[in-house]
Amino acid sequence: MTAALSLVASHVLAQAKVLDPGRHHVLHPAAPQAGHIEWLYWFIFWILFAVFVLMIAAFAGAGAKARVVASGPLPIVEKDEEADHRAGWAVGSAMAITVATLFVVLVLSVVTGKRVEGLTSKNPVTIQVTGHQWWWEVSYPNSQADQTVTTANEIHVPVGSPIVILTNSKDVIHSFWAPNVTGKRDLLPGYSSAFWFEIDQPGIYHGQCAEFCGLQHAHMGFSIIAESVDEFQAWQQQQLKNAAEPSTSEAIRGREVFLTHACLMCHTIRGTDAGSRFGPDLTHVASRNMIASETLPNTAGALAGWIVDPQRIKPGTQMSPNPLSPDDLQAVVAYLQALH
Amino acid sequence: MQVRLQLMVVLSAITVLGSCSREDRILRQPPSASNTLNTVQISGLNPGANLIPTPPSSNMYQESAYSVSEGQKLFEAYNCVGCHAHGGGGIGPPLMDSNWIYGSEPGNIFATIMQGRPNGMPSFRNRIPEYQAWEIAAYVRSMAGLLPKGVSPNRTDEMNIKPAESSTPKQTPTGITGVPEQPK
Ligand code: HEC
Ligand code: HEC
Ligand SMILES: [Cu+2]
Repeated sequence: MTAALSLVASHVLAQAKVLDPGRHHVLHPAAPQAGHIEWLYWFIFWILFAVFVLMIAAFAGAGAKARVVASGPLPIVEKDEEADHRAGWAVGSAMAITVATLFVVLVLSVVTGKRVEGLTSKNPVTIQVTGHQWWWEVSYPNSQADQTVTTANEIHVPVGSPIVILTNSKDVIHSFWAPNVTGKRDLLPGYSSAFWFEIDQPGIYHGQCAEFCGLQHAHMGFSIIAESVDEFQAWQQQQLKNAAEPSTSEAIRGREVFLTHACLMCHTIRGTDAGSRFGPDLTHVASRNMIASETLPNTAGALAGWIVDPQRIKPGTQMSPNPLSPDDLQAVVAYLQALH
Repeated sequence: MQVRLQLMVVLSAITVLGSCSREDRILRQPPSASNTLNTVQISGLNPGANLIPTPPSSNMYQESAYSVSEGQKLFEAYNCVGCHAHGGGGIGPPLMDSNWIYGSEPGNIFATIMQGRPNGMPSFRNRIPEYQAWEIAAYVRSMAGLLPKGVSPNRTDEMNIKPAESSTPKQTPTGITGVPEQPK
C-alpha cells in the first residue's frame, strides 16, 4: 500500500512543475536515448498501476464478502477440498503472472539499455568530461593540441549529431546525469569509459552529479547547451582563440592582479603566463552563463563574491579565499568579464 | 536520576563546545612575514663555538583543523606533491622524516616556501598569499607528526598510500642539519 502510495506520489511530484520541466526532467526527453528511458518508465508505471488497481479491488471485494459475527462462538468451517483446490490454482497462477511480468520488465530493461548504448552513426563529436570535486572539466580533444577546446561545466553540442562522451575522474566517483538527455553514467577515477547520445531539440538542459562525492556534491551541476551546427562551430572557433587582450585600463590592471596573485597557481588563461590545470580554464570565462558549477550567475557581483571567499559560497571547495583589496578585486572582475 | 541527567547534559555540552575552536576559521591578520623572514635561522652554522638554537616560533594556523586541511589542499594544488610526493620525497627531500635541512619550526618552513632554497626549491613569494604559506607550513609539520592529532588531517578521498597525518607517529626533529638525509 505504501509502495503504491509512494508510486502515485512520485508520479504527482514528477508532474509538479518545481523545476522548469524542459531543463531537468526524465519525462521531457530531448534525445532518443532519454526517449527510450521515458518509454520504459511509462511501461512500468502502467503495469504497476494495474497491479495497484487489482490489489485494491481484491481487497475491497474480500472486505465486502466477509461476514463478521460480532458475538457468539466462531462458526465451524468444514474442510472444503474443492475450494482449497481452487485457491491453490488462484495463488499459483497469480505467482506465475507476477514472475512472467517481472521477466518481461527485465527483458525490456535490458533491451532499453542496449538501445540507449548502441552507436548508430559515424563521425561523432567527441567530448572528454572529467569530474573534479566539485566541478566538471570539459574538453574537445583534437589530435592537434592547439585545436583542443577546454572549458568547464557548460557542454556545447550540435543538435542532430552523435555526441560521444569520454569519462574520467580526477578524484572520487562522480556521476554524469542529464535526465532530458540520457541515463546516469559514473565517472570513475583512473578508468576511462564512453557513452553517446544525440540531442534533437535545441535548448539548455540541466545536469547534476548523481553519485555522492563529498561536501559540495549538491553544488556540482552542469548544463548541456544544444545549438545548431553553425552556432556550435562559431562557438568552437571562438573558444579556440587565445584570451582577449584587455582594452580598458582597469582590465589591464586586472590581468596584472591575476598574474601576480595566487590565481595563476590554479587557473589557465591561454595567451598569458597562467597555465595551471588545477581549477577551471578561464580563457573564455565570460562566455559562460553560470560559474562554480551552476551555483552562481556569471555577473560582476557574483564573480567578486566568489573570488574573495569561495569557501562561504561552497564550503570545502578546492578554491581558496583571496583577500584582495577592493580596487584589485574590481580590476580582476573587469578583466574576467572581458574574457569572451 | 535528575542529577545524573543534568550532569550528562553539562558534560556533553562541555565536550561539544570544547571541540569548537579547532574548527575556527582565522580571519585576523596573519603574523607579519617580514618579521619572520628576518629572525628565522635557516643554517646550523654560527660564528662561535655553540650553536644558538632558533627560538621556537608559533603559527596560529597550526591550531586550527580548518587551516591545516586548507594547507593540505594547497600542498596538492600548488604541486608541492610533484617534487615531495605525499611527504616521502622525490626531486625534493622527504618531509615526513626527522631530518630538516633548513629547520622544522613553522617560521623555518614558511621561510623555505617564500624564499625558496638553493638546491632546487622554488620560491613562492608574490605567487601565493602569506596566510596560505602559513597554512601549508602547518600542514607540512603535520606530515612529520609534529601537530596534535586533533588538528592533523584524517584520511583523504584520494587513494591512501600512507597512514593519515593524524595517525603518523611524531618524528622528533634533528634540528637544522644543513644536509639532506644520507642514504643508509
Ligand atoms: C587553490 C587553487 C585556486 C586558486 C588560488 C584560485 N582558484 Fe579559482 N577556482 C579554483 C577551483 C578548484 C575552482 C572550481 C571550484 C568549484 O566550482 O567548485 C575555481 C573556480 C573559479 C572561477 C569560476 C569558474 C567557472 O567557470 O566556474 C573563477 C571565476 C575563479 N576561480 C577565479 C579565480 C581568481 C580571480 C583567482 C585569484 C584571485 C582564483 N580563482 C584563485 C581554484 C583556484
Ligand atoms: C621543483 C620541485 C619542488 C617543488 C615544486 C617544491 N619543492 Fe620543496 N624542495 C625542493 C628541493 C629540491 C628541496 C631541497 C632544497 C635544498 O636542499 O636546498 C626542497 C626543500 C623543501 C623544504 C625544506 C626541507 C628541509 O628538510 O628543510 C620544504 C619544507 C619544502 N621544500 C616544502 C615545499 C612546499 C610546501 C612546496 C609547495 C608549496 C614545495 N616544497 C614545492 C623541490 C621542490
Ligand atoms: Cu557528486
